[in-house]
Amino acid sequence: MSDIADRVKKIVVDHLGVDEEKVVEGASFIDDLGADSLDTVELVMAFEEEFGIEIPDDAAETIQTFGDAVKFISENAANA
Amino acid sequence: MFDLTGRRALVTGASGGIGAAAARALHAQGATLALAARRADALQALADELGDRVHVTPCDLSDPASVDALPKAAADAMGGVDILVNNAGVTRDNLFMRMSDAEWDAVIAVNLTAAFRLARGCLRGMMKARWGRMVSITSIVGTTGNPGQGNYAASKAGLVGMSKSLAAEVASRGVTVNCVAPGFIETAMTADLADAQKDRLLSAIPAGRMGSPEEIAAAVVYLSSDEARYVTGQTLHVNGGMAMI
Repeated sequence: MSDIADRVKKIVVDHLGVDEEKVVEGASFIDDLGADSLDTVELVMAFEEEFGIEIPDDAAETIQTFGDAVKFISENAANA
Repeated sequence: MFDLTGRRALVTGASGGIGAAAARALHAQGATLALAARRADALQALADELGDRVHVTPCDLSDPASVDALPKAAADAMGGVDILVNNAGVTRDNLFMRMSDAEWDAVIAVNLTAAFRLARGCLRGMMKARWGRMVSITSIVGTTGNPGQGNYAASKAGLVGMSKSLAAEVASRGVTVNCVAPGFIETAMTADLADAQKDRLLSAIPAGRMGSPEEIAAAVVYLSSDEARYVTGQTLHVNGGMAMI
């Protein structure tokens, strides 16, 4: 779990250029971390590549916060 | 200027007059190419002429599965796609009252829907690279309309709207999306026109002659270049002054 969270956090920090301490469980990509809609698509793409998973569009829409992402990936990644 | 060394370009309709000219021009600037069209033999002939840095990736743009496979085939061959030239186009001219659904659908499928799917397929790599160029070959008739070409003109106008929308979405990622709108160009597509029709068209061109495929290709090279990085969502009309828009 913590390994997944670290990897997700690194992607978020790298992509959005935000401070690591801002990336907390309930942090919304758009409202708290300054992402635009295209950023959220790119984040999902980056998660897919990092964890070797497919995130369908309807699932992607439910990933609003850092915690959502960690939870989804933890439940769906085989190699995590 | 306009050095494309190291850039990888996918060109559709590369066996046709404008497509082949665009391929030659991009290659001359140093780009690596993936040539797509239905006729593999024609593509191979062009590849043989150009020498190294050229891959042949045949594709039937009227077949959705074939379209979806093309970006990957091109990326596998070249290591990625930096430049997409949506050039392939077909006509099924008919007067509007006589135009069949099949004639409408066939033109929209190849000219517009395939271009959308290819753009979508190439986008991910460009976004990640923070560099990409998409250039769609449209037509003057997409802006002016043309009797007998309701389907073709709609497909070309559709490309313009699609390109502007995509341009707005991805401009912040270093990806530009533009169109080149040829006027009356000497190709197989215009060779069928009757002499009287040609004379009438020529009288409407201030430059007093038809354009050449190379003159379209030059516009494609420009919009594909690093120097054109601040140009996006635009249509560059290359038509000898036939329409000034």
